[in-house]
Amino acid sequence: MNAAGINSYVLGAVLAMAAVTVACRATPFVFFRKRRPPKIVDYLQRYIPPMIMTVLVLGSYKTTSFAAPRDWVPGIAAGFAVAALHLWKRNTLLSILGGTALYMILIRVM
Amino acid sequence: MNSTSEPSGKGSRTAFGPAFRASIPVLLGYMTIGIAFGLLLVKSDQPWWLAVVMSAIVYAGAAQFMAVGLLAVGTSIAEIAVLTFVINARHMVYGLSLLGRFAPCKRFKAYLVFALTDETYGILTTTVPPEGVDKESFYAAVSALDQSYWIIGSALGALIGGILPFDMKGIDFALTALFIVLLVEQIRTIKRPEPYIVATVATAIALILVGPANLLIVAILISIAGILPFRKTLA
Repeated sequence: MNAAGINSYVLGAVLAMAAVTVACRATPFVFFRKRRPPKIVDYLQRYIPPMIMTVLVLGSYKTTSFAAPRDWVPGIAAGFAVAALHLWKRNTLLSILGGTALYMILIRVM
Repeated sequence: MNSTSEPSGKGSRTAFGPAFRASIPVLLGYMTIGIAFGLLLVKSDQPWWLAVVMSAIVYAGAAQFMAVGLLAVGTSIAEIAVLTFVINARHMVYGLSLLGRFAPCKRFKAYLVFALTDETYGILTTTVPPEGVDKESFYAAVSALDQSYWIIGSALGALIGGILPFDMKGIDFALTALFIVLLVEQIRTIKRPEPYIVATVATAIALILVGPANLLIVAILISIAGILPFRKTLA
């Protein structure tokens, strides 16, 4: 490591990561900049968000262990609490703060 | 609707309040996870400002966490690039479903595309900005606020993460909670069961096929393949 506290390897790696990430995010916009998206994309635009939210919710639990109740109960119980709070009051902040508080309590007391 | 008669700067000011309220869940999650990232990075002997640089120009949480370990052992740049692609390939699908929503955007479009994380995507596809608020300004304000939380968290973690006095363990559940809230909102809008069933089955298949590591992209690709046969009944 040089006097600046960094070397060209780290800098190069970070720049490569930045380029790859923005390329992933920009691909569909660049691809469809000139051409009209096919009809199927209209259909997908409507149904991709609910599918992605489902995958992201389930994915949040992908490393949950079921070995002991304390491994899975806090996350699952707090998750249902968030959904229940939100169906009841439909107040985003209340749902998130309530569920997160419950989770933080459960992982400490269980 | 009075947005057309207002000077162009007005929209972003009026958008700030609603955007801030929409972004508060991300504030909780990004600040705390950002702190964890910054702390981890300096513990692996990188300078504190690298945390800020990464959060400013890469801005992809999972990839940044992955990079800490890879950089520490001197993984080749090509390999890091490939792994970053594998982790972030799902964002190509996110853009696909935002083509229409971002089509009218001009001034901030490049930034909106750059800053498209899971959480920002969730908020932008689910939250409807209040009547009279310029949509593009709202999207841009949410995106910029979210990234500012991530950068500030990373800087805090890198600089003072080791001496923070409070036990914040578990507060990152706020991001899971955000996804659950956004899913409930999606269910209110899209009332057909097919997309949720398809995505759940797809996630289960992906978990069996590839395990937790590359779950998201595989689950999303299977979901898209799985929803295609329903085109006739859903359209």
